[in-house]
Amino acid sequence: MTSELDIFVGNTTLIDEDVYRLWLDGYSVGDAVALRVRSGILEQTGATAAVLQSDTMDHYRTFHMLERLLHAPPKLLHQLIYQIPPSRQALLIERYYAFDEAFVREVLGKKLSKGTKKDLDDISTKTGITLKSCRRQFDNFKRVFKVVEEMRGSLVDNVQQHFLLSDRLARDYAAIVFFANNRFETGKKKLQYLSFGDFAFCAELMIQNWTLGAVGEAPTDPDSQVDDMDMDLDKEFLQDLKELKVLVADKDLLDLHKSLVCTALRGKLGVFSEMEANFKNLSRGLVNVATKLTHNKDVRDLFVDLVEKFVEPCRSDHWPLSDVRLFLNQYSASVHSLDGFRHQALWDRYMGTLRGCLLRLYHD
Amino acid sequence: MPGKLKVKIVAGRHLPVMDRASDLTDAFVEVKFGNTTFKTDVYPKSLNPQWNSEWFKFEVDDEDLQDEPLQITVLDHDTYSANDAIGKVYIDIDPLLYSEAATVISGWFPIYDTIHGIRGEINVVVKVDLFNDLNRFRQSSCGVKFFCTTSIPKCYRAVIIHGFVEELVVNEDPEYQWIDRIRTPRASNEARQRLISLMSGELQRKIGLKVLEMRGNAVVGYLQCFDLEGESGLVVRAIGTACTLDKLSSPAAFLPACNSPSKEMKESPLVHPPSHGCRSTHNSPIHTATGSRLTQNFSVSVPTLIYTGMGSGSAGKEGGPFKALLRQQTQSALEQREFPFFTLTAFPPGFLVHVGGVVSARSVKLLDRIHNPDEPETRDAWWAEIRQEIKSHAKALGCHAVVGYSESTSICEEVCILSASGTAAVLNPRFLQDGTVEGCLEQRLEENLPAGCGFCHIPYDELNMPFPAHLTYCYNCRKQKVPDVLFTTIDLPTDATVIGKGCLIQARLCRLKKKAQAEANATAISNLLPFMEYEVHTQLMNKLKLKGMNALFGLRIQITVGENMLMGLASATGVYLAALPTPGGIQIAGKTPNDGSYEQHISHMQKKINDTIAKNKELYEINPPEISEEIIGSPIPEPRQRSRLLRSQSESSDEVTELDLSHGKKDAFVLEIDDTDAMEDVHSLLTDVPPPSGFYSCNTEIMPGINNWTSEIQMFTSVRVIRLSSLNLTNHALNKNFNDLCENLLKSLYFKLRSMIPCCLCHVNFTVSLPEDELIQVTVTAVAITFDKNQALQTTKAHVEKSLQRASTDNEELLQFPLELCSDSLPSHPFPPAKAVTVEKTSPMGEGNFRNRSAAPCANSTVGVVKMTPLSFIPGAKITKYLGIINMFFIRETTSLREEGGVSGFLHAFIAEVFAMVRAHVAALGGNAVVSYIMKQCVFMENPNKNQAQCLINVSGDAVVFARESELEVVSTQQPAANCQPACTGGEVTT
Repeated sequence: MTSELDIFVGNTTLIDEDVYRLWLDGYSVGDAVALRVRSGILEQTGATAAVLQSDTMDHYRTFHMLERLLHAPPKLLHQLIYQIPPSRQALLIERYYAFDEAFVREVLGKKLSKGTKKDLDDISTKTGITLKSCRRQFDNFKRVFKVVEEMRGSLVDNVQQHFLLSDRLARDYAAIVFFANNRFETGKKKLQYLSFGDFAFCAELMIQNWTLGAVGEAPTDPDSQVDDMDMDLDKEFLQDLKELKVLVADKDLLDLHKSLVCTALRGKLGVFSEMEANFKNLSRGLVNVATKLTHNKDVRDLFVDLVEKFVEPCRSDHWPLSDVRLFLNQYSASVHSLDGFRHQALWDRYMGTLRGCLLRLYHD
Repeated sequence: MPGKLKVKIVAGRHLPVMDRASDLTDAFVEVKFGNTTFKTDVYPKSLNPQWNSEWFKFEVDDEDLQDEPLQITVLDHDTYSANDAIGKVYIDIDPLLYSEAATVISGWFPIYDTIHGIRGEINVVVKVDLFNDLNRFRQSSCGVKFFCTTSIPKCYRAVIIHGFVEELVVNEDPEYQWIDRIRTPRASNEARQRLISLMSGELQRKIGLKVLEMRGNAVVGYLQCFDLEGESGLVVRAIGTACTLDKLSSPAAFLPACNSPSKEMKESPLVHPPSHGCRSTHNSPIHTATGSRLTQNFSVSVPTLIYTGMGSGSAGKEGGPFKALLRQQTQSALEQREFPFFTLTAFPPGFLVHVGGVVSARSVKLLDRIHNPDEPETRDAWWAEIRQEIKSHAKALGCHAVVGYSESTSICEEVCILSASGTAAVLNPRFLQDGTVEGCLEQRLEENLPAGCGFCHIPYDELNMPFPAHLTYCYNCRKQKVPDVLFTTIDLPTDATVIGKGCLIQARLCRLKKKAQAEANATAISNLLPFMEYEVHTQLMNKLKLKGMNALFGLRIQITVGENMLMGLASATGVYLAALPTPGGIQIAGKTPNDGSYEQHISHMQKKINDTIAKNKELYEINPPEISEEIIGSPIPEPRQRSRLLRSQSESSDEVTELDLSHGKKDAFVLEIDDTDAMEDVHSLLTDVPPPSGFYSCNTEIMPGINNWTSEIQMFTSVRVIRLSSLNLTNHALNKNFNDLCENLLKSLYFKLRSMIPCCLCHVNFTVSLPEDELIQVTVTAVAITFDKNQALQTTKAHVEKSLQRASTDNEELLQFPLELCSDSLPSHPFPPAKAVTVEKTSPMGEGNFRNRSAAPCANSTVGVVKMTPLSFIPGAKITKYLGIINMFFIRETTSLREEGGVSGFLHAFIAEVFAMVRAHVAALGGNAVVSYIMKQCVFMENPNKNQAQCLINVSGDAVVFARESELEVVSTQQPAANCQPACTGGEVTT
């Protein structure tokens, strides 16, 4: 006796959260059944393995049918075929678009192209995440990227509107899209200590302050030709950053800056002497990062540079985080007292974001 | 020109991409009714077109309005080649034809294609302007209401229940016409869908005419079926019960005819405490009947069984003359009718007087081509013959009516088994005519009919019984005779006193048969049928005893014919009726008493059986109060006496003689283990595992003993097909396979729905078909309803302890008014009468639901939730309006079976689509639920080698609007209660 056909269709579509997770994790029906057996479900319910097999198959079939709709979540809400309570719909979507930390760290900042997809095999081997799951996550990134790529307005809002994700997840996707678009390097060995959360935090700050959308003129004039997206860094701003060069190029200005910072921090910093000794190097590092951002290559290496030029020197001198904060605050603020320096607003726009990023990046 | 149909095409969405180059679609819509077609403009390059068309107006006869479906076709415009069809929507406009139902159909309909399934949605608005034209010769029957519900619908009361209406129409099946060889599968499927839609429209109109002739205004328990006879044609037939219904909130709602019986019921002599104490005999009553051959067609009429429990003894003292009087009256009321049949399974209080037992008839026919579709006489004659047989069976049981009546067919190639079954009953004539018969009889009726057991009392004359039987005095009232076991096809009457809970009981049976042609085949089948019926009956009886119960409700026996086998599946809900005696146990007897180890084995089995009975009694809370012999004080057989039931031996030749034997006379319920088969049978008795704790199941509307349903319901359909390995095809292996299939299916359901515990599977409906030689298909539709466990315990406890006075009324309340005659509802009234509130508050349901309201679906969904249920009610809610009947037929075909996920993927998607289309139609009518939903047919055919599959599904139900009880209360409290003092009394009386 073999079962040719075995289906269960409810007027309300049954969603089993545990099976959904197994499906999302890319397990085959057989593996999923084995895992469910191990969870002790047979003992709890008195069911047989055959029942479990049939149940798992059925859920997998349902998920497979729903997957098409999950690719465009608003469709899931408006479709008539599967009656699913709104809370369940939200759960389906949220879980479908959730991703693994290990996976996202592998692809963050990479071009979401087919070429990268071939690397999924390696990622799967490296991270222990099933290839199927890797593929789903990668396709999700790519899909979200494609949809919001050409859109105006807030990146987070766009993601949220078109994929109905929670605020948290939408922000994460905004970061992923932003990183993929600007191709920030995150895979270097030096950067391995950073988590996705660190990068997402930086991305958010950069989107808020360094993109065209950040300027905030766009919504008032939707027909304007201005490229008002959150995706790209504000080219004009990057160009202007060259003006900051004077802070390190002009020796007087640099000395003045240093003395202002040193005066203010004397006695307040545990690592004062190290700071004093390193000030010029650090300042040069930070300002040079700014002035180089007109080149795409240097934009990509932004995080590498920040870690090399600032995080690592401080860390080798064992600066505590509180000292880093004090220093960066004072370092940014003191520029306002430099009479010869005319680009205060530009400096704030740059340094405000950079300070936030550096503080987040500064850990072990 | 009696009607103007107006259609507006608003918009489309989620259309498929038809032009690969642009990834877009240039869609337009054709609207067709009868022979008139309108078109919208092409809406270029969009997957979400906004046509916003003008109103397309069709001026048509109301006859056409009833017959024809509105056909909407969405197409992709193509400048250079033929336009491609995207899909179609058929809209049955019948609900717009009677005033109380829907007034407009408006909403998003899935665009359906028989090859691709659902492809986007279309927003349509449909209206009908009817011009009343009452005096002309009527061909139409606009205005007659149809209900699938097999009880009086909730917002109506029955003024008169006229009786049986039936009709059938036949046609050639387009699939088998010569043209089918040259047209595409899509064209063929669409021709079929359209034809069936037309035929059901015509059928409904014709039934409506019959109802008007009877001066009725509605059909309740409307059951329409298709017989796909293949080469010989397509038959659409329907049966129903004609009624005159009155809208409840109208001033006439509380006429004496309605509330007097229940009122008197309430005040009538009270039920005695359920009492038991002695075991009685059991008989296996078998009534045989033979039919004659039809002149033109080969046919075999099969000896038929009447299931009932019975006994012997003398008449109750007052019972005799009264019964005669009653019979006389009923007889006169029913005599005018050709067939005193009722498709209802639940009745207004007082309607059902006595129940005799199950009557059924089957007949095997050879199909031949229907030569003249306008003269479907042959099929008519076939059914007339069967009905006549049913009628005579009922007479033999001393009954003049058959309730819970249904008909079905099973077709394999050219052989067709026609089956009909119902419950012989004696009815109260008051409902059958124009309310004139009142007074003396009624008075007597109330005196003599204690609530809760009256229907169990035997209707037949003890001194002149058609079969030998044993009777006892009713354990409830002590006045009348009752059988020891009662089988019925109806729902448990609301006033019945039940002890403990009920459970689903199934008998499953397979019989191999040789492949044969024509007459030889039909003869072989008809020879097998009596044995199957007998064994099914034996199995049911054994399983019932094993459960410690004494009555079956909702019995449905399905015999399915295949190429090389016959399958029998009987489902029923077992209960313990307080009025009937405690069932005896089952005793096993071995054939070789000298063998020591064998003896030991037997005693081991006996112990297992006894343990199972004890366990079941505990599980289903069957603990009737013990009552000593003296109190009973009536001639009841000796306590330890057992009745005997012989196992029928499958292949033995003395079977036929056994059939005529009434085993009842023998003194024990003994299972003789005379061969290995028998041993297996006993084993299989014990393999039926009870549902996991927290689960109950029944095939009736509601579960006896559970009364505090919460609002969470989940309707589902589950389909399984197994392939038998041809090597081991013995009866025994077949039985085991079939049994495992059903048991595993149930187990899967319990597992799937475990999150709903505590819950009950209600209206579990199994359908078996044999699509191919070695394939068995089982389709199950049911609804899982959660209930409040704590409250359940309280109420059952309270129920047991409750004074007798309350017993009957209480029961009704707790059962949540599913079956009452005058339910309270309010649609035509702008404000619901306060009555509803009163009733709700007295009912324990009210609070239960209020508490569970949080479980109600969230309102912020973009797509409105439409509930579907096979039951006639929605737990925790009131049906406020019936919008019309839903009767839909779909075909789905694929030539890329593998790509669609194989047979499971294909059917899963199709059933989900069918649900979606039903929901969309209900929502467009303004409804939020389908009640009495039934999947009447699910014919699945596959050809994996060709990568093809086809499936036909037919579903029906009643579209309704319901409101949560708590919402109703809010509305009602805003309304001053002054508006209907009389209504309040009325309401209380009826519930």
